[in-house]
Amino acid sequence: MAKQHANWSPYDNNGGSCVAIAGADYCVIAADTRMSSGYNILTRDYSKTCKLADKAVLASSGFQADVKALQKQLAARHLIYQHQHNKQMSCPAMAQLLSNTLYYKRFFPYYAFNVLGGLDNEGKGCVFTYDAVGSYERVGYSSQGSGSTLIIPFLDNQLKSPSPLLLPAQDAVTPLSESEAVDLVKTCFASATERDIYTGDRLEIVILNADGIRREFMELRKD
Amino acid sequence: MFRNQYDTDVTTWSPAGRLFQVEYAMEAVKQGSAAIGLRSKTHVVLGCVNKANSELSSHQKKIFKVDDHIGVAIAGLTADGRVLSRYMRNECINYSFTYESPLPVGRLVVQLADKAQVCTQRSWKRPYGVGLLVAGLDESGAHLYYNCPSGNYFEYQAFAIGSRSQAAKTYLERRFENFMDSSREDLIKDALMAIRETLQGETLKSSICTVAVVGVGEPFHILDQGTVQQMIDAFDIAGEREAPAPEPDEAEEQGAAEEQGVVAEPGDGADQGGATDEGVAPMDI
Repeated sequence: MAKQHANWSPYDNNGGSCVAIAGADYCVIAADTRMSSGYNILTRDYSKTCKLADKAVLASSGFQADVKALQKQLAARHLIYQHQHNKQMSCPAMAQLLSNTLYYKRFFPYYAFNVLGGLDNEGKGCVFTYDAVGSYERVGYSSQGSGSTLIIPFLDNQLKSPSPLLLPAQDAVTPLSESEAVDLVKTCFASATERDIYTGDRLEIVILNADGIRREFMELRKD
Repeated sequence: MFRNQYDTDVTTWSPAGRLFQVEYAMEAVKQGSAAIGLRSKTHVVLGCVNKANSELSSHQKKIFKVDDHIGVAIAGLTADGRVLSRYMRNECINYSFTYESPLPVGRLVVQLADKAQVCTQRSWKRPYGVGLLVAGLDESGAHLYYNCPSGNYFEYQAFAIGSRSQAAKTYLERRFENFMDSSREDLIKDALMAIRETLQGETLKSSICTVAVVGVGEPFHILDQGTVQQMIDAFDIAGEREAPAPEPDEAEEQGAAEEQGVVAEPGDGADQGGATDEGVAPMDI
């Protein structure tokens, strides 16, 4: 008798795309605001980004219930860190914490595809990209989610910075200015929205720099 | 003063119905340096005296942030206070995680009191040797509580604990009726004056005291030294000596136990005036 398969899955994919680009003294993190299930749209107005610390912003696509649980876990751990160290976590520290938190559930993973963006201890932009179980790497730019296959090759081409696929590893922070990077992100999403059914509605852009944190929104196609 | 055969174990009652180990723990609170708290309708202020052991060392941390809406000032064994603060922080984090809302202050102090009570009923434990002034804001308003090593807790309009706290309490009793409607600045000024009372003549400066505030729209935070010194200078209270008005003992006990809408334990008045109330069990309800 063929192996029986479950008629119920603990996971669902709510779709959507996330992008982050690191600059010399800024970081841009963006995600669309569409939440879907199957061929339905659940809402056009759901934020996939979460500010974990002053200098670390997480964007995650995948199963949003798991994403929410993950964000809460990290926020609570960050509070404990602040009580113990009397300061906020740096982005590289948060990156390691996120990796450990994901691997902790190696055998019942968070169905979350994460991109962590922020400023490192020297004030330079940094982006960390993850898989569902915590494998991570610092890169100059990254995209995760349903539109990532459309966005990543475009960023590889545009940023003219060495792709993470090149050896030896090179510092991939883009020489673009902050406003150029924001425009690039808008272009990415405008394109991804055209062909990916799960990406669209509205784009939320979070810009982190020495002056603090800023948010921008842009309308995307709603079909 | 209390040397007798019933005071070795916390689980041994005295014939008079007292647990001496618990009472000794409350003595430890009286030995610690002073901490005071006062509240209005919208703000709660905590203050404490920070005396370093020597010029070479830093002073001990006596005020801890527990959450954005709760802070605590301790007097007594600061190590015990640190451990209890960590417990309180943990409880707040877990509650917010589960309920996505801040832990009501009244809930936290009950949990703290129950934790202290456990140590009064286990032969292998000892009571916590620290008194905690818990200041917090929640949906029902601004609150100030005092948690004893005995496991009792009381809500206060204003209170002081630790060495020479009686002087501060006397000052607070004179003024507490106005606190409810005080502005934030007046409340801090009263806190600084109360701290000064415990210094007995020494000049009040920001290097020997710490002040923390929590209020509506203002998360709990410790004021930095510069700000405190500015306030001391602005209020011009550094070296002034207010003539202390003589107060009868009974009035003190009633004043110290005064608070809003929560039943005050009259026996509480006794446990700060331990020296003047020989033979009265401090935990009597």
